[in-house]
Amino acid sequence: MAAGAIANSDISASLIDCSISELYYGSFKALRDVALHIKKGTITAFIGPSGCGKSTALRCINRMNDLVRGFRFKGKILFRGQIDPVAVRRHIGMVFQQPNPFAMSIFKNVAFGLRLNRYRGKVEEKVEQALKNAALWDEVKDKLHASGLSLSGGQQQRLCIARAIATEPAVLLMDEPCSALDPVATHRIEELMKELKKKYTIAIVTHNLQQAKRVADMTAFLYVDTSQGGRTGYLVEYGATEQIFERPQQKHTKDYIAGQFG
Amino acid sequence: MELSDRAVRQAEINLSDLERSLRRPRVLFSAVMSLLTGAATVAAMVPLFSVLYMLIRKGAADLSMSTLTQLPPPAMMPGGGIGNAIAGTILIVLIATAISVPIGIFGAIYTSEFGPDTMIAQAVDFAAKVLTGLPSILAGVFAFAAFVMLTGGFSAPAAGIALTLLMLPTILLTAEDAIKRVPSRMREAVIGMGATRTQVVTKVLLPAALPGILTGVMLAIARAAGETAPLLFTSLFSEYWISRSSPAFIPHSINDLMKPTASLAVLIYNYSGSPFDNQIALAWTAALILVMMVLVTNIAGQLLASRYNR
Repeated sequence: MAAGAIANSDISASLIDCSISELYYGSFKALRDVALHIKKGTITAFIGPSGCGKSTALRCINRMNDLVRGFRFKGKILFRGQIDPVAVRRHIGMVFQQPNPFAMSIFKNVAFGLRLNRYRGKVEEKVEQALKNAALWDEVKDKLHASGLSLSGGQQQRLCIARAIATEPAVLLMDEPCSALDPVATHRIEELMKELKKKYTIAIVTHNLQQAKRVADMTAFLYVDTSQGGRTGYLVEYGATEQIFERPQQKHTKDYIAGQFG
Repeated sequence: MELSDRAVRQAEINLSDLERSLRRPRVLFSAVMSLLTGAATVAAMVPLFSVLYMLIRKGAADLSMSTLTQLPPPAMMPGGGIGNAIAGTILIVLIATAISVPIGIFGAIYTSEFGPDTMIAQAVDFAAKVLTGLPSILAGVFAFAAFVMLTGGFSAPAAGIALTLLMLPTILLTAEDAIKRVPSRMREAVIGMGATRTQVVTKVLLPAALPGILTGVMLAIARAAGETAPLLFTSLFSEYWISRSSPAFIPHSINDLMKPTASLAVLIYNYSGSPFDNQIALAWTAALILVMMVLVTNIAGQLLASRYNR
């Protein structure tokens, strides 16, 4: 299948080698034929209509789907060859749709991952560095011991980003990180992503095409196949963002970008 | 022009209709229901406050240091106290808590987090729900058959086991519910950071569920502390202290444990039917103390929970 063709090209530069041939939740086939490489130091966007499985595909990368009952999966996901889900997750940070800081202080939120990893070093410095990288330091440096939940939505999301990058993961996964935020906060997160790209590899799910166009280097377009009953998502096209938006090769992609659905 | 004039007039007519009037059925219904719910709230408080009032009225008169620290008097003698019953109740409830809290919370972690769909979890859930309705006298009969007859005598541990049967289902079910109600985005956040299952439980689930778990424990203790029927079959009563060595209100050996033990509930049961005024007065005082102990436990639990979560 298409999976094999892509998997064989350009393996040296790829950090994550993801090839999902079939993915089920119970008897529901949620995804088929998603194969892509994520290159180091890039932002990769997953776009597509609701229910096309773009979040599911993202969650395969750090094995979050393992927790779902009835989850079955055929294919392979290689991240530096590791397979232990807990170990994988320690190298892949994740930022969720809803900001979800813990009900503890700002400082403890950021230090949480360090403590999980039994980090022996100057925790204070790491926390400060993470908050600075997440562009939140100036706003919270005087109230590090206030609750993380006392911040505004946009600040909470940046706190979650700080929490995710405090342990210096190789990859940062973002599952619609701006969908609960206002335009100003969204702009700040997008600027932040461009900055973080220098140190981290980022994969983002977004339903905002303009956002994908603004921030992503590579774009993957997923679509829903209803031909065999059910709704199974699959990868239609994967390529440089410019190419996907300017010269899409597939009809589905062209229609979706142009705003013609169905 | 003409149109907007009409619109203004229309608005004026509608505005007069907005006035709140009891003649409207909806407004009347709302007022009557507000009154009814208010009256029901007051009615619900009447039993609680009348019991408290009566206990303070009748029990507080004899409340003194000597009542709290002395042994019950022989019949017809004045003075004396309920010290051994207070110590006995605390000992029995402590034994029951020490057994039921770890089992209940560990069980709840399994049924809510590790194996909610397994047969064993569903069986445990079902059993716990049935046991919450267990008549307390049956708990006493069970502990009598399973422990008293086996060890050859009435004892505080036997009573602890009877109360465990009553406490365990409450603790397990409330703890399970509290853990299940931790928002799934909290679980996802911590799992996404690479936490092991143990870390998920200890770092996020248990702290977030702690207020709920403590509430369950307090409810269970409050219920168990006042139970009389199970104790009649298990710890019976004693006119003496738990131990002959000093301090006498705590057990010093196995022998101290394995003998009939006084408790407030049984003391109230025995003395309230007594023909002697002094014993009746002691029963009232014991009732007041019992209610106070439950109250203090509750408040302490809530303070603990709020402090932990800060």
